Amino acid sequence: MTVGFVMLVHTALDRAEQVARHWASHGCPVVIHVDRRVKKDVYQPFVDSLSDLDTVIFSKRHACDWGTWSLVAASQAASELMLDRFRNVRHVYLSSGSCLPLRPVEDLKQYLAARPMTNFIESVTTEDVPWTVGGLDAERFTLRFPFSWKKRRWLFDRYVTLQRKIRYKRKIPDGLVPHLGSQWWCLTRQTLSAILEDPDRKAYDSYFKKVWIPDESYYQTLVRLYSNNIESRSLTLSKFDYQGKPHIFYDDHLQLLRRSDCFVARKIWPQADRLYTTFLNSDSNPMKGAEPNPGKIDRIFSKAVERRTMGREGLYMQSRMPGHGQGHDKTSAPYSVFEGFSDLFEDFDEWLARAVGARVHGHLFDPEGVEFAGGQKVFSGALSNHAALRDYNPCGFLTSLIWNTRGERQCFMFGPRDNQEINWLIATDPNAQISVITGAWAVTLFRSNRNFSDIRREAARLQRIEAEHIAILRSQHVKARVRIWTMADFIESRMEPLQAIIDEIGPRNVRRLTEAPKMRDLTGFGQFLQNLKNQGMKPHLMGDFPMGNAPDARPRDSKRPYLVK
Amino acid sequence: MTCLQNHTDRIKKNDVLLVCTLRNERIRLPYFMKYYRDMGVSHFLFVDNDSDDGSREFLIGQGDVSIWHTTASYRKSLFGVHWMNALARKYCHGHWTLTVDVDEFFAFPFCDTRPIPALTDWLDNSGLRSFSAMLIDMYPKGPVDAQPYIEGQNPFEIAEWFDSGNYMLSTNWEYENLWIQGGPRARLFFHNDPFNAPSLNKIPLVKWDRSYVYLHSTHMLLPKRLNKVYDSNGGEMASGVLLHAKFLNTFVQKTEEELKRRQHYAGSREYLAYMSRIKDDPDLWCNWSEKYINWRQLEILGLMSKGNWA
Repeated sequence: MTVGFVMLVHTALDRAEQVARHWASHGCPVVIHVDRRVKKDVYQPFVDSLSDLDTVIFSKRHACDWGTWSLVAASQAASELMLDRFRNVRHVYLSSGSCLPLRPVEDLKQYLAARPMTNFIESVTTEDVPWTVGGLDAERFTLRFPFSWKKRRWLFDRYVTLQRKIRYKRKIPDGLVPHLGSQWWCLTRQTLSAILEDPDRKAYDSYFKKVWIPDESYYQTLVRLYSNNIESRSLTLSKFDYQGKPHIFYDDHLQLLRRSDCFVARKIWPQADRLYTTFLNSDSNPMKGAEPNPGKIDRIFSKAVERRTMGREGLYMQSRMPGHGQGHDKTSAPYSVFEGFSDLFEDFDEWLARAVGARVHGHLFDPEGVEFAGGQKVFSGALSNHAALRDYNPCGFLTSLIWNTRGERQCFMFGPRDNQEINWLIATDPNAQISVITGAWAVTLFRSNRNFSDIRREAARLQRIEAEHIAILRSQHVKARVRIWTMADFIESRMEPLQAIIDEIGPRNVRRLTEAPKMRDLTGFGQFLQNLKNQGMKPHLMGDFPMGNAPDARPRDSKRPYLVK
Repeated sequence: MTCLQNHTDRIKKNDVLLVCTLRNERIRLPYFMKYYRDMGVSHFLFVDNDSDDGSREFLIGQGDVSIWHTTASYRKSLFGVHWMNALARKYCHGHWTLTVDVDEFFAFPFCDTRPIPALTDWLDNSGLRSFSAMLIDMYPKGPVDAQPYIEGQNPFEIAEWFDSGNYMLSTNWEYENLWIQGGPRARLFFHNDPFNAPSLNKIPLVKWDRSYVYLHSTHMLLPKRLNKVYDSNGGEMASGVLLHAKFLNTFVQKTEEELKRRQHYAGSREYLAYMSRIKDDPDLWCNWSEKYINWRQLEILGLMSKGNWA
């Protein structure tokens, strides 16, 4: 008893010849169907090249098109020939010209001999099929498909829509329950002959002729009528990408294929010399008798599909440029934005770096130039500190920075003096943690050595910018984690908000803060604000400051921090 | 354009072709030819813009080379685009065609184990007709002319560094292509004028059709759909890179020559910028430069993608 191979061939005939010869010389009869589209001057030499083997024969040729009945007709004709001419065949294995055996033929023979009545065919009801092309599953069996999906897509789609609209439904022949599955099967003589010799075959055939992609459903459905001994899986390792096209194997897949313990794989790239020489010339198998285990290959290919459809979050590059509002994260990792902190505290950068162990930058969007951590002129990814380069594409600058530093949290200072173009990006980015002490910029003005009329003008400008910024942070589109305090509120209970921010940044900072950043001397700040008022300006972002000398810095019970989302 | 050697009758049905315009690149040619032959390019179509250093003589006589000669102005031919389009229309119809300069080296996912025909077969299978490969400027550590390039040598033994993450992208809605700028040239030569920094986006590999044209170098093409080499819904399409071996010792003398000829884009402003900088401080290297290892490194850095090729 042996296994016979039915091969459907349309290209790379030299490879098909090699594989057919391999099987035949290991005692497996082969029936080859060659697509009628293959020209005679190619076909004839192919037939001649195998003429020395009398267990390799050729079946009647059909012109084959993807997804059409012709493929079933071809396999029927070849299978009939196989059953008729080779009586010692117990299992028939349907394969293609781009299939390659991965394990010794003897292994497969023993495996099948141990399971003499088992049919290996993936056969799944339509409800359970996730892989269908074009979103058609159950409708494959109830609509008509006279137009080619590949060549006349427009008509195909229109005709489907029309049939849906008029609620057209074909009748499924009695007794049939539609099943789908990989078209590469291995059936027993008993089951296969029952399908091919069924008195109702004519009726079934004429029904399936108008089903879409019948090669994935004809045998898969009919086998359920004749056998209870079905292993619903294919012995052929065959993976499909997100467009329903088979993945192709190359030389560098050699080790993966070897370890898969599958009997046959498809499709193999015809020029994968190393795969063909290795697998067609090895008769030893360390994994003798093992069950196929394509898990690793599955992972590689499902990762590929994920990369193609989801991509890497926060990456903007030549072949990934997500548009706005696509529901994806805008950056690749969480980061923190601090506004007003460096105005209010003397050594905030160093303090923060000590407290959280993250990379702490100064004002990245300072108009004079980028203040990278440590005053570096160039930073990760070779980002330059030149303001003009950054301002050419500020959002791209930020997303690049976050991408380049994956694995290390970034913190930076921000304020109304900085380039505001990133406002919407950070506000709508779930990765952003934004903490704002409003009005703190006034402390820097207060400490500056400038004419009061200049200060007054500058204060008005900064207040306007910050007010716009805050309005964005309070809009309904915000996805960032935003905390906003007025300067007066923040000063009243410094440690509590700081602790909350630090806790959120990293679980490694479980201990309580013991040391606070050093606040600048605010003696006279209340008077400074009053002077601004006296000059006709209304500084409102700082909150309520007493006119007295210094604000009360003693910690006190106070309002919870204002927390948006 | 006069034909000096026409072996295009040797081009077979599925051959991958390479089109290249050159001027005085004799020293680079041996490695260039070897690199692309090893990658599975079957035929080379060269336009020689009046070299006088023996480039032409080197190429004539090679069986897989067809070569044309012109003394016409590089600038007036839109920097070689007209010549390239004319050749491609006539000889590249129906072939995967790689259009590169002599200092551009195509790398793509799995290029250490799979040749270009593996990629083009896969692109055919996936119904794609164009493939993106942005330009990555490679440079040495130290002055660009410290280590002289020797004929036949892999240029990336010298220029082995690159910028890994300072690229700026925007969409050019007119032609639907991405516009990419950045890298060491933007960082050092155009930091005050980034708008004019050189474009790095390229679409050098196209299944050519006689109705196609390159518009501006290989930065973009018509019809527009060929420029849609990127996914805008969050996924990644497969892409490669062109490793740019411009910054070798040959660069300094080339810059001087090009400034005399004034045949380059926008009054050769790129070369003017180079000249003023290279004189003072000829080092493109910085602390954050990345040393080139292989394509997998570029994939991880996000400069190219495997897409759904596995």
